[in-house]
Amino acid sequence: MTQTETQSQSRRPKLASSTIPVLAVLAVLLVALAFAGSAYQEPAGYLALLKRAAPLMILAIGQYFVIVSGGFDLSVGSLVTAEVVIAARLIDGDESATLWVMLLMLGIGAFVGLVNGAITTRLLVPSFIVTLGMLLVLDGAVFLWTGGAPRGALSDSFRTVGRQGIDGVPVIGQLPWSVVVLAVIVVLAVLFMRSPTGRTLLAVGDNETAVWLGGGRVERLRTLAFVLSGLSAAVAAILLGGFAGVSAQVGDGLEFRVITAVVLGGVVLGGGRGSVVAAMAGALTLESLFSLLNLLGVAGGLESTVQGVIIIAAVAYAAVNWRRKKP
Amino acid sequence: MKRLMTVGVAGLLALTGCSSDLPEAPPTVSSAPSATKSEFFDQAEHDRQLSLRDAAPQGPADKPWEQALNPTMVDTGKYAKPGPYEICFSNASVDNPWRQVGWKTMQVEATLHPEISKFTVLDAEAKDDKQISDIQQLTSGGCHALIVSPNTTATLTPAVEAACAKGIPVIVFDRGVNTKCPVTFIHPIGGYAFGATAAEFLASKVGQGGKVLALRVLPGVDVLEHRWAAAERILAAKGVQVAGVEFTGNDGAKAKSIVSDYLQRGDINGIWMDDGTAAVPVLEAFEDAGKKAPAISGEDQQQFLDKWKTEGLTAQAPTYPTYQWRTPVIAALKILKGEQVPQEWILPQPVITDQTLDQYRSQGMPPLHYALCGCQQMPGYPDKWK
Amino acid sequence: MTATATRQPVRRHGTRKFRLTPTMSVYIALVVLLVAGSVLVGMRGGVLLDHGGILNILTRGTVLGLVAIGQTMVILTGSLDLSVAYLIGLCSLIAAETMAGDPGMIVPAVLLTIGFAAVVGLVNGLVITALKVNAFIATLGVALIIRGYLENTYTGPAGSVPRGFQHLGYDRIGPIPVSTVVMLVLAVIVWWYLTRTKGGYHVYAVGGDEEVARLSGIRTGRTIVTMHVLCSVMAGLAALFLVSRLGSGAPYVGTDAGYDLESIAAVVLGGTLLSGGRGGVAGTIGGVLILATLDTIFDDLGVTPFLKDVVRGAVLIVAVALYARSQLARRAR
Repeated sequence: MTQTETQSQSRRPKLASSTIPVLAVLAVLLVALAFAGSAYQEPAGYLALLKRAAPLMILAIGQYFVIVSGGFDLSVGSLVTAEVVIAARLIDGDESATLWVMLLMLGIGAFVGLVNGAITTRLLVPSFIVTLGMLLVLDGAVFLWTGGAPRGALSDSFRTVGRQGIDGVPVIGQLPWSVVVLAVIVVLAVLFMRSPTGRTLLAVGDNETAVWLGGGRVERLRTLAFVLSGLSAAVAAILLGGFAGVSAQVGDGLEFRVITAVVLGGVVLGGGRGSVVAAMAGALTLESLFSLLNLLGVAGGLESTVQGVIIIAAVAYAAVNWRRKKP
Repeated sequence: MKRLMTVGVAGLLALTGCSSDLPEAPPTVSSAPSATKSEFFDQAEHDRQLSLRDAAPQGPADKPWEQALNPTMVDTGKYAKPGPYEICFSNASVDNPWRQVGWKTMQVEATLHPEISKFTVLDAEAKDDKQISDIQQLTSGGCHALIVSPNTTATLTPAVEAACAKGIPVIVFDRGVNTKCPVTFIHPIGGYAFGATAAEFLASKVGQGGKVLALRVLPGVDVLEHRWAAAERILAAKGVQVAGVEFTGNDGAKAKSIVSDYLQRGDINGIWMDDGTAAVPVLEAFEDAGKKAPAISGEDQQQFLDKWKTEGLTAQAPTYPTYQWRTPVIAALKILKGEQVPQEWILPQPVITDQTLDQYRSQGMPPLHYALCGCQQMPGYPDKWK
Repeated sequence: MTATATRQPVRRHGTRKFRLTPTMSVYIALVVLLVAGSVLVGMRGGVLLDHGGILNILTRGTVLGLVAIGQTMVILTGSLDLSVAYLIGLCSLIAAETMAGDPGMIVPAVLLTIGFAAVVGLVNGLVITALKVNAFIATLGVALIIRGYLENTYTGPAGSVPRGFQHLGYDRIGPIPVSTVVMLVLAVIVWWYLTRTKGGYHVYAVGGDEEVARLSGIRTGRTIVTMHVLCSVMAGLAALFLVSRLGSGAPYVGTDAGYDLESIAAVVLGGTLLSGGRGGVAGTIGGVLILATLDTIFDDLGVTPFLKDVVRGAVLIVAVALYARSQLARRAR
C-alpha cells in the first residue's frame, strides 16, 4: 500500500488502495460461505449470490456517484417501489407494452434524479432534505395514483431480465440476465470514473471551490450524479420487479441499506474519496454477509445488530487508517 | 431560575387533578395480562378455535359477514336512540393491501345505510400514539358509536377503556384489546384455526417424513404467532419434517431468495405460510429452479388464486376474510337500534379448496386483491376495488 | 419568544432595518396555516381550533417536540441523530418493564430510562468524536444495533405502567396537556442554555466551523458528546411520555411514527441549518406545530394518508428552499 501511495499524483493508485480492505473482507466472506454451505462449493452458488446482489450493487453504483460528489440520495428506496408499481399498472399484463414502459421507467428515474439534483444545486437545499422530501412525495404519490395497493401485472417479457438467464453456458449452467446487466453497468461505471468527467465528479466532492475555480461545472456534475442514481434505481426496479413480481414493499429500507453498502466499501460520506468498484464490492459484501449469517443460523433479528456494528467498524477503521497516513 | 421553574411545574402538576382524560380504573387491572414476553400458546383458546371450525354459523347463509359462531347475545337497549346516526371509526392504518381491500369495503358498507348521516374516520397511520389521540378526538365529538380497529392490542387498551367510559357504544374488530368493555368484539375464528388448517392440509399431502418449509412474515405479532404455534404442533404430530422456519418480512424478493437457497440444498415438498402475500414469488422459485411446484398453503389473494387455477396447483387457502370490515358498521347500527348483538362476534373463516376455488375466485381483479371481501354484490363492484 | 429566540451569532453592522428571521417566518407560516386550515375545515362544517382540535395539535406536537428539541441541539453542532426512533422504542420497554405496574418503581424506572438513554447518547457522541465516524453512519449503526436487540428480544408490547404514572400522559390544564407544558418548559430551558450561556455559544461555534472553534480553544469533542447525550435524554423523555399514554412499552413505537426522520424534518422546517451553526429551538417548536397542525387539518378534511405524505414532502423541500433563498439574498446584500 505504501508503494502505491508514492507512485505520483495519478488518481488510480489512490482508488485502488481504498478498495483493498473491502475486497479482502469480501474474499474472506466468500471463502467462509464455501465452508458454511454446500451450495457454495460450486460456481452456481456464487452466481446465485451475484444474481441476488445485483440490484443492490447497481444501486450502490448510483449512490456512489452522489456520495462521492458530496451528497446523499435517500429517495432510491421509494423510487424503486414507485417504479415497480408504475410498471405493473401501465403494463397490466400486456406484452407489447413492455419495451416502452421500461424506457419510461428509465425516464422517470432520470427525471426524479434531475429534480433532486436541480433542487439541491439551484435552490441550495441540502441533498439529505431534498431526497427525504422526495421519499415522502414518491411514497405518497404512487399509492395515491393506484388507490392504495398495487394494481395490474408485469408481463412475462418484463420479468425475463430479473428472472431468467442464458441457458447452456459451460461450467456455470445458466448465466442470469441480471448478472449480465450488472457486468455492463460496472464496466460503464468504471469507464465513466476514469473519464475526465468522472474525475472531476470525484474532485467536486473533494474540493468544490477548486473545481469551480478551475472552470468545472459543479452544479451540472452534481445534478448528473443524482440523475445517474435515479437511473440506477430504475434498473434496480426492473431487476427486482422481474425477480419477484409486483409488491408494495420491494424498495423498503433500500436507501439505508445501499448507503451502508457504499460506506462499507470505504467510500467517505461527504465526498471526494473512494472508488466505484469498492462501493459495488461493499454491496456484495453486505449480501454475502447476510447469506453467511443465514447459513450459520444467526437469528434474523441479530442481522441488524451485526450490520450496525460492521458499518461503524468499517468507517472507524477507514478514519483511523486515514489519519495515520496523514503526517 | 431552574429551581423556580421546577417549582412552577410541580405546582402545575398539582393543579391538574381536576381535568384528566385518564379512564376510570378498570376493575380487572390486576388480572390484565402484564405482557412480559408472552409465550404465544394458549391451549384452551387453541382447542376452542379448532372446534369452532366445525361449528354451524347462525345468520343468513349468503352473508357470512352477518353470521356468528356460538354467539352469546348481549342486550343493547341502553344504547338505543333514534337516527340518523354519526358513526365514527378509528382505523389503525391502510398500509397493506389486506387493509386496503377491507377499508374500501367498509366505506361502501357505510353508504348502504341511509340512517348513517355521517361516517367520520381517522387513520392512525400505524402509530399507537396517534390512534390514542384519534380515539380521544372522536369521543369528544358527536359520535353515536365508535368502531376501533386497534393498531396494537396492549397499548390501545387504555384508550378504548376511556372511550367506553364516555358511554358511547364501542365496537372493536380485527385485533382485540385487553378489556371487555366494548359492546362487541368482531373477528374471524383466529390464528390457531388458520395455521392448523394449513398444516393439516400439508401433512395430508406430503405425508410422514415429507419436508415442509415454513415461511413467516415476522416474529412477535400475536395473530401470526398463533398461526405458527398451531401448525408446528400438527406438523410434529403427523411426523412431517420441518426443513426450516424463515421470516420473509412479506418481501417477495426475500422470500424467493430464501426458497431458492433451500432448493439448492435439497427438495422441499410443501410450503406453509402464515400470510400468503409472497406465495407467488415462492412458487416461482420452484419454477426457476426447474422443480415441481410443492403443496402450498397460501391465502385468498388474487394472484395466488389465479396461479392456482391456471397451473392446477396442489394448494389450499385458509383465509382471514376481509369481509369482517363490513360487520362493524352493521353491528353499530344494530346496537344503536337496541337490537341484540353477540358479545364476541366470531365470523366464519372459510377455507378455499380445489372444490371451492372457482366459487371464490373472480376474474380480472388486481393481483393483491383479497377474494373474501364479501364485496361482490356491493354497488360499484368491481371498479371500486380495482 | 419569537423574536428573541433567533440566534444570530454574528450580527453584521450596517442596515438595521426590519428583517424577517427564519424563526419569525416559521410562526407567520404557522398562523397562515391555522387560518387557512380553519377556513378549509369550516367549509366542511367543522371547527379546526375547538377544544378537541387544540388538544390534538398539542398532543401530537408533544412527543415530536421533545425529540426535535434534542435533535436541534445535535444538528446545531453539525451532527445528527438517526438512532432516536429505535431508542424511544427500547426506552419505552425499559421504563414499562421496570415499573411493572408498581407505583413504587416509578422513580427508579424514570431514572434508569434516562440513564440508559444518556449512555446511548454517550456512545453516539464518542463514536463520532473519538472514532471519527461520520454522524450519519455512527447513529445509523447504533440504530441498527438497537433494532437487532429489539427484534431478537421482544415479540410485542411488554411491561405495564401504574395508573399514577399515566396521569402524565392524560392530564391537562384546560385544553393544554400537562405533557405539552413540560415539553415547552424544557424547550425554554434549552433555549436559555443555547442562547444565554457559554456552553450554548460553543454549540453554535462548533456547528459554524469546527476547526475555527477548536483553534479558539473550545473543546469541540466535548460539546458534541454533550449534545448527543442531551439529545438521547430527550428521546428517553419522549419514551416516558409515550409509555404513560400507551400503558406499556412497545418496541416499535418510535419507528412506526418515524421519529428519526420526522424530527430532522421538524428541525429543518424550523429554520435550523442541517449543516449546523444556525437556527434554534424556537424555530423547531414552530416546525413541530406546523407538522402537527397539518396532520390535524388533514384528519379533519378526511385526506388519505398518501396525500399527507406528498404534502409533507413538498412542504419540507419548499420551506428549506425558501430559507436557502433568503439566506442567499442576505449574503448578497
